[in-house]
Amino acid sequence: MKKLLKHHETYLVIIIVILSAVITSRNANFFTAENMFDLLKSNSFYGIMAIGVLFVLISGGIDISFPATATVAEYIMAVVIINMGGNIVVAVLIAVVVGSILGFVNGLLVYNFRIPSIITTIATMNIYYGLLTFITGGKWIYSLPDWFRSFAQIRLLTFYNADGAAYGLSIVTFIWLLVVLAAVFILRFTLLGRGIYAAGGDRKAAVRAGINVFFTETFVYTFMGFLAGLAGVVQALLVQTVAPNSIVGKELDVIAMVVLGGASLAGGKGSVTGTLLGVALLAILQNGLTLMAVPPVWYEFFVGVVILVSIGFSSLQAKKKSGNTSVIELSLEEAAE
Amino acid sequence: MASAFLEMKNISKRYAGVQALDSVDLNINTGEVHCLAGTNGSGKSTIIKIISGVEKPDPGSEIYIEGTPASNRTSIESIHQGIEVIYQDLSLFPNLTVAENIALSEVIADRRKLINSGDYRKTAKIAMTRIGVEIPLSSKVEELSIADQQLVAICRALTGRLKLLIMDEPTTALTRKEIDSLLAVVMDLKSKGIATLFVSHKLDEVMEIAERVTVLRDGKKIGTWPANELDSRKLEFQMTGENFEYSHNQEVVNESEPLLRVEKLCRTDNFRNISFKVMPGEIVGITGLLGSGRTELAMSIFGMNPADSGSILLDGSKIKLDSVRKAVKHGIAYVPENRLVQGLIMEQSVSKNTVITIIERLLKKSGLINHGLKESRIEELVDKFKIKGPSVDAAVSTLSGGNQQRVVLAKWIATNPKLLILDGPTVGIDVAAKGSIHESIKQLAAEGLAVIVISDEVPEVMNSCHRIFVMNRGEFIQEFITRDVEEREILDCISSAE
Amino acid sequence: MKTLLTKMNNEMKILSLILLLTFALMSVLSPSHFLRLETFQGMAFQLPELGLLSLAMMITMLTGGINLSIIATANISAIFSAMILVANVNPDVPASGDAGFIILAILTALAVSAVIGLFNGVLISIINIPPILATLGTMKLLQGLAFIITKGYVISGMPNAIRFIGNGTIAAVPFPLLIFALFAAIMSVYLNHTSTGFNIFMYGSNPIASFFSGTSNTKVIIQTYVMSGLYCGAAALVMMSRFNSAKAGYGESYLLVTILAAVLGGVKSEGGFGQVSGLVLSLVILQIISNGLNLLGVSSFMTIAIWGLIMIAAMVIHFLVEKRTRLKLSRMS
Repeated sequence: MKKLLKHHETYLVIIIVILSAVITSRNANFFTAENMFDLLKSNSFYGIMAIGVLFVLISGGIDISFPATATVAEYIMAVVIINMGGNIVVAVLIAVVVGSILGFVNGLLVYNFRIPSIITTIATMNIYYGLLTFITGGKWIYSLPDWFRSFAQIRLLTFYNADGAAYGLSIVTFIWLLVVLAAVFILRFTLLGRGIYAAGGDRKAAVRAGINVFFTETFVYTFMGFLAGLAGVVQALLVQTVAPNSIVGKELDVIAMVVLGGASLAGGKGSVTGTLLGVALLAILQNGLTLMAVPPVWYEFFVGVVILVSIGFSSLQAKKKSGNTSVIELSLEEAAE
Repeated sequence: MASAFLEMKNISKRYAGVQALDSVDLNINTGEVHCLAGTNGSGKSTIIKIISGVEKPDPGSEIYIEGTPASNRTSIESIHQGIEVIYQDLSLFPNLTVAENIALSEVIADRRKLINSGDYRKTAKIAMTRIGVEIPLSSKVEELSIADQQLVAICRALTGRLKLLIMDEPTTALTRKEIDSLLAVVMDLKSKGIATLFVSHKLDEVMEIAERVTVLRDGKKIGTWPANELDSRKLEFQMTGENFEYSHNQEVVNESEPLLRVEKLCRTDNFRNISFKVMPGEIVGITGLLGSGRTELAMSIFGMNPADSGSILLDGSKIKLDSVRKAVKHGIAYVPENRLVQGLIMEQSVSKNTVITIIERLLKKSGLINHGLKESRIEELVDKFKIKGPSVDAAVSTLSGGNQQRVVLAKWIATNPKLLILDGPTVGIDVAAKGSIHESIKQLAAEGLAVIVISDEVPEVMNSCHRIFVMNRGEFIQEFITRDVEEREILDCISSAE
Repeated sequence: MKTLLTKMNNEMKILSLILLLTFALMSVLSPSHFLRLETFQGMAFQLPELGLLSLAMMITMLTGGINLSIIATANISAIFSAMILVANVNPDVPASGDAGFIILAILTALAVSAVIGLFNGVLISIINIPPILATLGTMKLLQGLAFIITKGYVISGMPNAIRFIGNGTIAAVPFPLLIFALFAAIMSVYLNHTSTGFNIFMYGSNPIASFFSGTSNTKVIIQTYVMSGLYCGAAALVMMSRFNSAKAGYGESYLLVTILAAVLGGVKSEGGFGQVSGLVLSLVILQIISNGLNLLGVSSFMTIAIWGLIMIAAMVIHFLVEKRTRLKLSRMS
């Protein structure tokens, strides 16, 4: 029990349970399988990108450009399948390849020129997004192929509610699930995954230990790009339109979810479980406000409150724990570098 | 006759115009405990890099490992040959567990792509039993003490087929007890045929078990001697080329109204019942081992960690010190032990660093900085402390250690303090530069300052202080008048307390 | 000239070169449109908004922090200010009490933004939240608040005095440019000629050593973010005037551009280094590119892309120059 309390995830679960209980008490529709499956479907887009952000944060970097990457990948994918046909495999392949290339460029810039990742990715975000909108003129795409539309309707499990309407585990949620499993596998069971943690914890020590930091660093940005591409396809599946400006601007929201999930901006810390809980917290908050008939304008406000209260709480905790000696400890750590 | 594990002949290394190593020979026998000594910049770290394959020596250099030529190796190959380095900063991953830290390098060396936590717990267990230590496998390394972290680093080195362990300045952050257990581990390795190379810039405890000592100076090898033929004076001479004689402070300051009077000062877990006084013009030394509470005491007087009980009187009146600002306002200055992080802002200029403490006193009536006054103060201070560097606008990081410390002194003297506390005033400074720092301290005391010097180097406190307190486990256990005491007595007092 | 060149650091040299190049390029590509007084006047009207916001961003970056809430701060300040104006002043019917309300509205914008800055400062220095997260939270909070207050509607109809702030000219010089010049000068004096400014640079390079030198880090951080807030308030007045309205969500695309402008202007994102002069140069470069491309009929999105490219080019050049200098230094020693 004591060990459980040490984990950030435990607190998140407690908050989510309390929040869910409050929402359920006001609107019983919240705690239904239908609503849950619906949440899992509509948040898979955020969930997939959050996993990518998690990897980048663990490695000690940050990525601002992923929504732009997702948009570019999504748009190119849409243009190709509309004009040249194809199937869902082709669509996904195009998007992830485009995304990976754009992510790889970020990784190269960060690694080779030691430009702070936040600066690099703000710049590439402007380039990716600016060029896309310039070339496409910002046109929306509505006429996605029928097979693309019907793929989005696939359910792996189907149930019927009292009114006879079908609901269940969407194929989109399933894609998210695969991403989560892949992430757990990489982080837990591969040298690459431990290398990402190691490099995020102490880069110099990682180099000395023989970890290929070039590989871990370019990998996390490429993987981020890969997942952004995949999330682009998922977004297109969910809304069935492609708009150059619909995703850009979401970068800070996704980063907030991952940080709420316990990842540290200083690198070296973060877990897939925590990230999922972070996504769940904000998803439930938004869904709950709707179900409790709170005007949607309150959502952003509450997100701000949640971020400040939860991060503030843990920051204060950390400050108290180290007491007055925080400065000394900090300096010892830095001296070790 | 022991066989040589590592033979290095005629090793040279030139970096962008600097001859870091010049025809150095070094032999390390199987199972030998060897010590490599030299001041900063003598070429020690270059030779570590060459042994571990991180850098390649210049053509003409020859390296043999167990008799086979090995001049051209990568760091991975060197690990495969059984050579491991434990750097001063240990190079552990604070965010990973003990087991992961120990086993990770083996996974990398084996070029395995997948890992399994059961495997690396097993690897870690085996390494730990080899040196008979037990550290919880799933603790994060950041939660461990420095001594335990060092053991983790040794265990990590043990996962391969270790033949030679290189330890860079291993004892600086350890208490005497911890050093003893480290030495026991090294002796145990020796019995298993594993050689250890200690690298150090000063004579220290590791010399007790070293068999031979090699001294480097300015990139050249000065010689190799059996350890028992060297004492600290001889070694210091070989390292610096100067016969540096520490004098023994014979003065006694006449009794007068004390500037600082500390009475029964206590702080939980740090120190208790500390009472002493310092008169103007007097230098009081506090010596003791790491962890004796000496730094914590200094910080309390500097307002960092307020004491729980007891009182501090300055100029006869009781003062409350609960912030650094207050302490500075009362005329207390503190030269911290960790110069690079706490003392200086390395990337900023010498001039900015010298006036950081007094910037609020250099304002015009309008509240804006009086740049003319500022420049003249900087010039005065740089002159007074003979700070030498490329220019006053150059970053402090471009200065030598001795000059950096002079900048710290200057920035505090600028505040016109009444009490100056120096914590490890010459840590990491070359022997030659130490003397001039000591001279500066004496000069400042002669000008009427009350000075406290905290140091674990007994010759240093003997040289500069009038009175010396020995601190142990948070208490002052004995007071000495420097004039009436020999170095040996103080050393005995420190070690008997442990 | 030679002394000027040696006095300038690498960043300023690179920036001046880029400025000359972009200027020359635009003059060659579009001499008839670019080299005209109207073009420069147009730029002078546009630059101040981004300029004031960039100053607000810059000062926090000097401490090694960041302020993601600048746009949200400006919007909420403008909304409060506009509400006072709309409720009390009829732009079409001048009344005797107008001046008082206009002054009240201006002071309100500045006061609201300063209080938000204080809030950020407290979150960072006392509660110990990393700046990026503290200001992200504040940003969301304020964005939400702005929507809650306005319900997403525009508050419009500003009196002439307010409209003058963003649109008027004095002797053919746009008034907003004068405001920007004044605020840039104040910032420069604040950073280089006050003790807090001095401490901001020191804190930015090494907060521990600055603490050990007797500096009150809490005070430095709080003043930094209050100052940052105040500049958002000034930007709010200019924006409110130019849009003739206030609304939640105005100018959100500026947020990341301000970071870009600061970094291009030589502000180190790790903190401790950066000058107002560099930032002004970088703003002029960005503005010339933006206006020049606009004159050539290139979409504004292309401008964004080119900003990004220049940013990366500048960082890469900077990296290579530093590397060479370091090599030279190591050869010398």
